[in-house]
Amino acid sequence: MPKTYSQINQKIAMGEVVVVTAEEMIEIVKTKGVKKASREVDVVTTGTFGPMCSSGVFLNLGHSKPRIKFRKVWLNNVPAYTGLAAVDVYLGATELSEDDPENKVFPGEFRYGGGHVIEDLVAGRPVKLKGLAYGTNCYPNREIEKTITIRDIPQAILTNPRNAYQNYNVAVNKSDRVIYTYMGILQPRMGNANYCSAGQLSPLLNDPLYRTIGVGTRIFLGGAQGYVWGAGTQHNPDVPRDKNGLPRAPAGTLAVTGNLKEMSLEWIRGASFTGYGVTLTLGIGVAIPILDEKMAEYTAVSDEDIHAQVVDYSKDYPQGKDKILGTVNYHELREGKITIEGKEIPAGGLSSYARARDIADILKQWIEKGEFLLSEPVAFLPGAER
Amino acid sequence: MTKKRLVLRFPPELVEQPITYQLIRDYDLMINILQATVTPREEGRLVVEISGERKALEKGLNYLSQLGVGMQPLAQDVLWHQDKCIHCTACIPLCPAGAFVLDREKHLISFEKERCIACGLCVRACPYKAIEILF
Repeated sequence: MPKTYSQINQKIAMGEVVVVTAEEMIEIVKTKGVKKASREVDVVTTGTFGPMCSSGVFLNLGHSKPRIKFRKVWLNNVPAYTGLAAVDVYLGATELSEDDPENKVFPGEFRYGGGHVIEDLVAGRPVKLKGLAYGTNCYPNREIEKTITIRDIPQAILTNPRNAYQNYNVAVNKSDRVIYTYMGILQPRMGNANYCSAGQLSPLLNDPLYRTIGVGTRIFLGGAQGYVWGAGTQHNPDVPRDKNGLPRAPAGTLAVTGNLKEMSLEWIRGASFTGYGVTLTLGIGVAIPILDEKMAEYTAVSDEDIHAQVVDYSKDYPQGKDKILGTVNYHELREGKITIEGKEIPAGGLSSYARARDIADILKQWIEKGEFLLSEPVAFLPGAER
Repeated sequence: MTKKRLVLRFPPELVEQPITYQLIRDYDLMINILQATVTPREEGRLVVEISGERKALEKGLNYLSQLGVGMQPLAQDVLWHQDKCIHCTACIPLCPAGAFVLDREKHLISFEKERCIACGLCVRACPYKAIEILF
């Protein structure tokens, strides 16, 4: 008998829900089988903690006296977008500080940018606000300079057009010089390989065909409760898939939102990639309802089952060539060694498996304590299996 | 056999003297230079691994301090800020000395200072500035 969202939520309310993490589910399905597991387990929690560049925050900076309609705004010297109502701005994670030397002396350090401003706001640290305006009859003020903290401003809404990529490339460098990429530092002649996914703990790899994660899904976001508001940018369900629906290439993505004021430093961090730029490292967790046997089967996915493609970031990726050097699984990656073209290569991660595990655990505790209820999608993502 | 990893600082007046040579010839010490810098008109800095008989090493280091060479254990100058580390493992394949160790059960990293040769690769690779080399 399939379960419904409201049945599971009733169980949560009564403290009778059976919730396990995506790691625990692997063992349960292995020992009890899909049928029994689907009957016994109500919810499987997932998590991921990694750099997610398409992130940013809408800030309402509050009205001044006299009033101002911002034309230009900087937060700690990092520009924010002002093409919105008078004191609304959008600060993107990868925006750089105005005086950043970029890659003028290569490789640049990229010490501070949008992701770091967001971290400073979350931490409650003071942030310098500078704003310029042209002045209107209704908004006469032309300049503002003051120090704010997140407590001083009316709203801070983290709103990310693309997070939680379902699978990702493994990056190597086939050239004979070091390269500096958004996938980290890559040593020449395939001296190392970098990957970025929580694998068996990753939200969209536990619901590969988007049967439960959709518009309106409540999630763990940066330590608070947030929501999925749609498929993210570059969401591409039509990639080659293994049996069980697992994508072999970067596929689905999520657009998410949540109240930055409720988030915590532990789960939202500014990041600097030498030679590349700045970004935001973010924690996301999704609770997946075990509605039927199919969901039990999907959530039992293990690192060995998930394949990623190895791509050369010295030539093929920058030139937009679709060439793939080989395929590896996340078990090999997590063990720290892969073999490509007969060469054994040490592998390093950009996504933190330890933190992903913590997030799945926290979400599990929230559900057990009745603090987090599941929400049925109000619309499905493109490519959803129905 | 005793081994020490040290950061040596040479004041300007000593920069032109063959001190490493003396350590090898007169004190019978093995010197492995991990890093060397001379800044004009300022100082010379040498990151070295010195090994030899305990007594010889003691005498050699004594000779250095009498000359006015500043000495400090290397481990003291390399800091791993555990609170900043997210345990992503990006540093692990880059470290030539194997100073970052991953607990494969917990997926947590630890930093073994004594193995560090202060090459600085991890400093560039860490997006969270969790590693700091002071000199």
